[in-house]
Amino acid sequence: MSINTKIVDDFVANGIEFVTTVPCKQLAGVIDEVEARPEIYHIPSNKEDEGMGLCAGAFMGGKRPAIIMQNTAIGVTINTLVTLTQYYRMPLPMLISYRGELREPVACQVEMAVHTKALLNQLNIPTYHFHKESDAEELDTILKYTFMCNKPVAILTDASFWGGYGDQ
Amino acid sequence: MIDDQPTNFYMLGTMGLSSSIGLGVALAQDKTVISIDGDGSVLTNFGTLPTIANNVADNFILLIVDNGSYGSTGDQPTYAGKKTSLAAVAKACGCENVIECQDKDTGEVLQKAIDSKKMTIIVCKCDSGNIKLPVITMDPVVIRDRFMKSVQA
Repeated sequence: MSINTKIVDDFVANGIEFVTTVPCKQLAGVIDEVEARPEIYHIPSNKEDEGMGLCAGAFMGGKRPAIIMQNTAIGVTINTLVTLTQYYRMPLPMLISYRGELREPVACQVEMAVHTKALLNQLNIPTYHFHKESDAEELDTILKYTFMCNKPVAILTDASFWGGYGDQ
Repeated sequence: MIDDQPTNFYMLGTMGLSSSIGLGVALAQDKTVISIDGDGSVLTNFGTLPTIANNVADNFILLIVDNGSYGSTGDQPTYAGKKTSLAAVAKACGCENVIECQDKDTGEVLQKAIDSKKMTIIVCKCDSGNIKLPVITMDPVVIRDRFMKSVQA
């Protein structure tokens, strides 16, 4: 089974029916998988804070949401995370491509990578870091934890987890 | 004035996201959802209009109160009060039912939109200025909890 299938299987098994995405090269396969699943309403967002608004609404309408985005999004969603998701105490699994880590080819991505964990820590957001493919075995437990505690939870997935960027 | 009721969800501090939250609620269930937003807020989250246009929820109405100013921060002018037409932008984004009306006609236009059972964007043109109202002090988790219970009812 591909890692993309495994991730989306875990989403579906945890009752996630509403997924918003802002694309990333590393996330292309998992986004295709989300789009392909009849159990999931896939709604691409133009910006990640918009996506978090959609997820908040879907949750209040009775559907479990998730967001898929790059770590650069942490820079644009802090106000939304604290004044909406956390303030109203809503669950939000955030599957995040952790750009700017080992094997990154684009130097600019490193500038946000060095702030990513510090910002998540400052926001008291539970954070998990997938570095090897076997780390994804914990995804099911992380999703259960997210909907148990009604918090945004970050799952950082780096280039090593996704198998790198190919020949460079 | 609309009285406080459990079916109201008050977004207290996330300027721009009223339409996104409302669309999410509308897509997740069948009851009619009316998102009330300002022109300044829509300008803040312009990306919402293509998302709305391309994810049609016929139980969703976006009511934009367009007074051409940032009302909560001291009535500084917005571009919507100058050359930019939010109704034209919404149409260009692909929204199919867009109505611009004057403030005095809003009640009738809104009722027609509800009865049509078609996703509708209403741009209500009005003068700037606020009436004196207290700050909402209700706890956000209480707002969210009673809203969810009334959505489920």
